[in-house]
Amino acid sequence: MSTAAKSPTTQDTAQMNGAEIVLKALVEQGVEVIFGYPGGAVLPLYDAIFLQNSVKHILVRQEGGAVHAAEGYARSTGKVGVVLVTSGPGATNAVTGLVDALMDSIPIVCLTGQVPTHLIGNDAFQEADTTGITRPATKHNYLVKDITKLAQTVHEAFHVARSGRPGPVVIDLPKDILMGKGEYKSAEAFKRVSYTPRLDPDPKSIAQAVDLMLSAKRPIFYTGGGVINSGPEASAALTKFVRQTGFPITNTLMGLGAMPAADPLFLGMLGMHGTYEANLSMHGCDVMVNIGARFDDRVTGRLNAFSPNSKKIHADIDPSSINKNVRVEVPIVGDAGRVIAALAAEWDRRIAAGAKPDKKALAEWWAQIETWRKRDCLAYRKSDSIIKPQYALERLQAITAKRDDVFITTEVGQHQMWAAQYLKFQKPNRWMTSGGLGTMGYGLPAAMGVQIAHPDALVIDVAGEASTLMNIQELSTIAQYRLPVKVFILNNQYMGMVRQWQELLHGSRYSESYTESLPDFVKLAEAFHCVGLRATKTSEVDDTINEMIAIKKPVIVDMCVDQMENCFPMIPSGAAHNEMILGPDDKGNKGGGAGPISEEGMVLV
Amino acid sequence: MSKNDPIERHTIAVLVDNEPGILARVVGLFSGRGYNIESLTVAETDAEGHRSRITIVTRGTPMVIEQIKAQLDRLVPVHRVSDLTMEGPHVERELALVKVVSAGEKRVESLRIADIFRAKAIDSTIGSFTFEITGSGEKIDAFVGLMKPLGLAEVSRTGVVAIARGERGM
Ligand SMILES: Cc1ncc(C[n+]2csc(CCOP(=O)(O)OP(=O)(O)O)c2C)c(N)n1
Ligand SMILES: [Mg+2]
Repeated sequence: MSTAAKSPTTQDTAQMNGAEIVLKALVEQGVEVIFGYPGGAVLPLYDAIFLQNSVKHILVRQEGGAVHAAEGYARSTGKVGVVLVTSGPGATNAVTGLVDALMDSIPIVCLTGQVPTHLIGNDAFQEADTTGITRPATKHNYLVKDITKLAQTVHEAFHVARSGRPGPVVIDLPKDILMGKGEYKSAEAFKRVSYTPRLDPDPKSIAQAVDLMLSAKRPIFYTGGGVINSGPEASAALTKFVRQTGFPITNTLMGLGAMPAADPLFLGMLGMHGTYEANLSMHGCDVMVNIGARFDDRVTGRLNAFSPNSKKIHADIDPSSINKNVRVEVPIVGDAGRVIAALAAEWDRRIAAGAKPDKKALAEWWAQIETWRKRDCLAYRKSDSIIKPQYALERLQAITAKRDDVFITTEVGQHQMWAAQYLKFQKPNRWMTSGGLGTMGYGLPAAMGVQIAHPDALVIDVAGEASTLMNIQELSTIAQYRLPVKVFILNNQYMGMVRQWQELLHGSRYSESYTESLPDFVKLAEAFHCVGLRATKTSEVDDTINEMIAIKKPVIVDMCVDQMENCFPMIPSGAAHNEMILGPDDKGNKGGGAGPISEEGMVLV
Repeated sequence: MSKNDPIERHTIAVLVDNEPGILARVVGLFSGRGYNIESLTVAETDAEGHRSRITIVTRGTPMVIEQIKAQLDRLVPVHRVSDLTMEGPHVERELALVKVVSAGEKRVESLRIADIFRAKAIDSTIGSFTFEITGSGEKIDAFVGLMKPLGLAEVSRTGVVAIARGERGM
């Protein structure tokens, strides 16, 4: 019998070409979906994709969209997101997404095409020094120049992307490597010796941490994306442990969902637009338990005024995050889930042995926190006519509260911060936002990736009109794959966050922050085979949200909101946590804050 | 981070896989994060294992030095990072080739000084000497300084290599 009919992927291993080797390695790594865009250098891979059925390819409309989609996919599933782009412009378009994934520690493997090895360095057509360009944009990158190393490189890339502190990895694939013949080798055949992230915490530091926690009078947990990245079990263990201790807890923007928002121990998000109670508790605490957060400048405010009287415990999987910005008393290197398990076990052991936390001090601490909570820092001026953006989100929250299948992505700006403040996350992996890089245009493609992973879920991109336009082309992808993504635009016609800073820092000179000639988003939705809805009055908000949810197709909602609304509370750049600005109607007596912003603060971003 | 923290000089040895781009990763890390490189040397030290050893001399506050080590250790092809300054006594050496072009009394004087410094003339013409000198950076600085009025024409230095004293290995 002839062997000609065999499909390429089942041929003898010795006869596979590089593209087939790559695909087979992806399958072995459990990849189900690739987000990509073709071009000359990756045609062999696209040919191999055509001839198989195990991996589904999603054709985006711009490579930047592919990376954000893969990020959304990764963050909502805990799996590695996979991207495939061509050489030159395909690779350079992917760079923003790679840095975004790097800053937020999201596992991504990005395959980039490259000109054939003999042309590298010749300024060949669509040649770019992709490994050079992406070196500081990735956790690690590879240029494969030898087909015998190809399978190994793909396996290793997945290991690097998902282990330790996760991140993006690029594999640059010259076309001659994709077309050459080689042998497939499975992942078991290799082990990299130079890369061994530490997962288990040192028991000594765990004991010291629990010592501190037991002696605390004004403790607080401050947890971040590391807990989310460690898997849903880590969040569950955290919730249980926090409840056992009775300590208050705040989450970073990246960490929302690790502690159910409905829990009374949860103080909300902290940082620049965090709650009054979270920030003042951080300022006033005597023991801080940081798990998987990195003392980002958006969280700490002015460093020399950050939580001045506390002893700090910091657990992080990345030793370089510890003592980088803030000096801590008890450093713990390890995976967040394992650290929480170890802390909880040690806590139990001590309590069983008769250790007594200071219940009385803790009760006083909570009484203090309750007074801060009563300040009701998220209150805003209601209106019966004009839609307040906060109101739109409060209603979105209320209407979707009973559902267990809601996933939220965001763009970047005021709407993002309002979403973090007014939406309540009860579970991890339900909240996808660009934290570290703050990439406008993230939310729409990210929502697309989330919806691919969760076809029946309610996936909503809480958006600003300016950000939405940055990756609007992905509506075409959304239409092609019939993804019922909802784009919930809080349309203030301004780059609201820029306008807010101009109001506060630059004498209300709104330089270039107003967008003339915005598209008609309802018509735009229709042009992209989606449904467009618009609300212009407070009374229309509920119906619009209900209708959006009821439509089983992609929907763009044009919520026409108050153009001048500002996002509060706010800790101005360069200010301390206790120098927070509250909304114009704040009922508390103004102590500290709200003063003019210092020169030093002005230069900060 | 306090502004009053003292600036320290540290010599750090890094064992890496000898693969393309590794030096760019290390140098890019230093420039990207604003760390300072006083000297950097690199060469393969284990051909079979494809390992290279990089020696970096850097300056920074104790907190920055800790950051530098943690950041280096995070690079995937890095096997080990060793802070020789912290880990006990170590020896540092640098090699330089120093060309002096002169005649007459100056030429004789340069040879005399070279002798005191135990520098070897490894190339000579009627009008020039090229000396090879090894030692600490300060010793080489001193030698080069003395050669200046004596017709110093060119200097080529390797940068610092270093190793721990005694039986300890990396
Ligand atoms: C790619 C990119 N460019 C510029 C910025 C700076 N930036 C931050 S928020 C913002 C305005 C966003 O406007 P919009 O999407 O309408 O959201 P709003 O603040 O009005 O809710 C800008 C320009 C950014 N974060 N990302
Ligand atoms: Mg806007």
